[in-house]
Amino acid sequence: MSMNEEFRPKIVAFCCNWCSYAGADLAGSSRLAYPADVKIIRVPCSCRVNPMFILRAFERGADGVIICGCHPGDCHYSTGNYYARRRMTLLFSMLDYVGIERGRTRVEWVSAAEGVKFSNTMNDFVETIRSMGKNVRLGDLRCKN
Amino acid sequence: MHGIGVFVCHCGSNIAATVDVKKVVEMARLEPGVVHAEDYQYMCSEAGQEKIAAAIKEKGLTGIVVCSCSPRMHEATFRKCAEKAGINPYMVEIANIREQCSWIHKDINEGTEKAVILTRAAIAKVSLNTSLLPGESKVTKRALVIGGGIAGIQTALDIADAGYEVDIVEKTPSIGGKMAQLDKTFPTLDCSACILTPKMVDAAAHEKITLYTYSEIEKVSGFVGDFKVDIRKKARYVNMDKCTGCGVCMEKCPSKKALSEFNSGLNNRPAIYTPFAQAIPNVPVIDPTQCIKLKTGKCGVCEKFCQAGAIDYKQQDEVVTRKYGAIVVATGFEVIKLDNLEEYAYSQSKDVITSLELERIMNAAGPTKGHLERLSDGKSPKNIVFIQCVGSRCDESKGKPYCSKICCMYTAKHAMLIRDKYPDVNVTVFYIDVRTPGKNFDEFYRRAVEEYGVNYVKGQVGKVAPQPDGSLLVHGVDLLDGKQLKISADMVVLAAAIEPNPSVRQIATMLTASIDTNNFLTEAHPKLRPVESPTAGVFLSGVCQGPKDIPETVSQAGAAAIKVVGLLAKDKLLTNPCTAKADELLCNGCSACANVCPYGAISYEDKLIFDHGVRKTHRVAVVNSALCQGCGACTVACPSGVMDLQGFSNRQIIAEVDTICR
Amino acid sequence: MEASKKRQSEMVQEISGTNPLKCMKCGKCSASCPAYEKMDIKPHQFVSYVINEDVEALAKCDSLWVCLSCFACVERCPRDVKPGKIVDAARQIAVRQKGGSYLVPDEIPALVDEDLPQQLLVSAFRKFRR
Repeated sequence: MSMNEEFRPKIVAFCCNWCSYAGADLAGSSRLAYPADVKIIRVPCSCRVNPMFILRAFERGADGVIICGCHPGDCHYSTGNYYARRRMTLLFSMLDYVGIERGRTRVEWVSAAEGVKFSNTMNDFVETIRSMGKNVRLGDLRCKN
Repeated sequence: MHGIGVFVCHCGSNIAATVDVKKVVEMARLEPGVVHAEDYQYMCSEAGQEKIAAAIKEKGLTGIVVCSCSPRMHEATFRKCAEKAGINPYMVEIANIREQCSWIHKDINEGTEKAVILTRAAIAKVSLNTSLLPGESKVTKRALVIGGGIAGIQTALDIADAGYEVDIVEKTPSIGGKMAQLDKTFPTLDCSACILTPKMVDAAAHEKITLYTYSEIEKVSGFVGDFKVDIRKKARYVNMDKCTGCGVCMEKCPSKKALSEFNSGLNNRPAIYTPFAQAIPNVPVIDPTQCIKLKTGKCGVCEKFCQAGAIDYKQQDEVVTRKYGAIVVATGFEVIKLDNLEEYAYSQSKDVITSLELERIMNAAGPTKGHLERLSDGKSPKNIVFIQCVGSRCDESKGKPYCSKICCMYTAKHAMLIRDKYPDVNVTVFYIDVRTPGKNFDEFYRRAVEEYGVNYVKGQVGKVAPQPDGSLLVHGVDLLDGKQLKISADMVVLAAAIEPNPSVRQIATMLTASIDTNNFLTEAHPKLRPVESPTAGVFLSGVCQGPKDIPETVSQAGAAAIKVVGLLAKDKLLTNPCTAKADELLCNGCSACANVCPYGAISYEDKLIFDHGVRKTHRVAVVNSALCQGCGACTVACPSGVMDLQGFSNRQIIAEVDTICR
Repeated sequence: MEASKKRQSEMVQEISGTNPLKCMKCGKCSASCPAYEKMDIKPHQFVSYVINEDVEALAKCDSLWVCLSCFACVERCPRDVKPGKIVDAARQIAVRQKGGSYLVPDEIPALVDEDLPQQLLVSAFRKFRR
């Protein structure tokens, strides 16, 4: 935790069980490296990702949040990723407004066969977050000093 | 009060090499609620599972975390183990420290640090897990096979022989598929029709098999054990019950301009046609884009000649709805379009053909009655050049990135057959690699070279230039001799890549089966579950899963069939208990959740609620757990946060988020 | 010297914007090349020379000046390796090695052809005198 240490962002990745989580597994079994800063949370579908989870992550000090789902049209539950896409579009514009820049949030489609894409996406995302630096933590607005 | 046990797997050196397993155990012990932590070489082994069971019994564990490979791999294993030891199987969480950690990080400190965090997140989640009981659902004892090629026929025969009803849906007028178009098959040079048609007849005659030819899948709903499928039976304009298959209509039809699909468009067929003589069912269809009567209202020749009175110009498409327990996709392949490969002059010269077209030319029922002749002038070719890997193994901008697998073998077959029948014809094959893995495959290729004198040249062809005299100048290279070659050929045969049948994309979407970037269907596990789709109840047979030859297709078809039989043999299926659930006390019945549910699993009931001593009736959401598939769309839509997903609850996911960001 | 060999190979890749490792050694570039007969190092060999870090040999070869830059190989390469661009890059390196002295006085007699117009010689001297 020394001051001189290189900036290690905290990144939360929500991956749907059917496509992206399997894509992450494929990236793993193909030994396609991406930074350890990314921690994956498994959800059944990208539409399970409540905006609340993302707010919570930023509130608790995450520097970036990425949501990965199946490609449009390929959702295991038919339409889940469309819901996710709409919800996240709204949420991200709101987050931008409250000071969490657009680059810190992202939605990506990764299929179960796209281990390479998963690894590339994560590398790129971590690179973006590293260049943006530490996130200003979302404070609890009710507690004024 | 929780008693959580943490079990860290070494997975041999797969995990232990880049994660300090002992450190993970040590750190896990410090987490609240953890009363037991240990590591072992292979947790999934019998000894490993016994360790887990022993710890559950001895320490009275209420939840366990296994730090091992992906939950997609062994979650089921550890759940079973927990259940045997006496705790609810849904009290198990997996921390994926192999695929997500040890395999992608090289530095042991980094790997260990991440493994600890993933373990903590799993511990935080499992401490909020609740016991879940799976429900039961019924199994419709009937299977659907989409596609009536050799893959579909074999799958259907195997399922039917096991005693279950099977329907085959085939979009063309006859079953048989691509194999029916082939002349001979490698490596034994069997006549393709001789081994296929008996199977087609068996399928048609089997009392358990129903054929829906000239039909397409229109809509699929439901889930494993209980699919509901709409099948569109396209109008044949011929009454199947009355038609005797005499074929007079085809002879008399005045419209003969349509290109024969069966002969790869090399000759014409009438507007009323069966694809080939041995078609099953032997009932023609009228092509509405070609029929003069249907287009202009004037003609009616076929009706006049039909003794059976089977022609019915007023027939309409019919949609039937059937229920199935399992669905097999066997949609097969197509040869790619060669638009991106103009250097081979496929569109410029009639004498540049694909291998499938050569297959028709060599076939006795084909456009040339089996005589090897040039399509441009009917002359016998003296020099034939075969070009391998046309559109296969290409950069994505040029073609397909994969090897089409069958081309090396069928080219050897073609070369051999030509040299056998016409010994004075020179055959040159330009190859990059000759790939012949398979029983008796390399021997077959060697025979083409050694016994039949086929000239194999290592190198690719750069250009095929049609000459004014009708010959084709092939610019090639012999990389071993270091020479550029210019060969004057009479015929060029392209081993064009194969791709999944384009209709598979739509079918995959209807079935919610995943598909890869090349439109091949994804299997549930590339090695251990190769004939199952990740979507429960959907199985894969044949080339729709990846390029393969006939022997492989037949064995995969059998494998898919046994999986289907294994499913249909069950009386009840256990449903996934990770379903949505509303808190009745807080729900205000707003309908937001029902609107987003893709399964229509949410309904509303007026319920008598005791709230702080007050009895009142109000409208609350009720989830039908048999229909709910657990996607969680409703949980986010709920404005009051009342709807939650069991097994992936808001509190559980937030606990994971908090731990990761700690 | 090893490091510089590696560097040269990387330079070829940077200038050409290609990845020679994508090559599957099919030889379609050499089959397509109209200047094949006159080349000492053939188009497909250019790719493997870069992989084997022998750019020095490429910079010295005659093929650089025989290649017509017709880009048939670039157009037809199934793996999108673009051998023509590698030839271009190697030529660039050869030119850079020569530095300011494009014309070495000793080489001139060998270059002078009887059919060469005098005017061309004079303008070349004007352009490249140092």
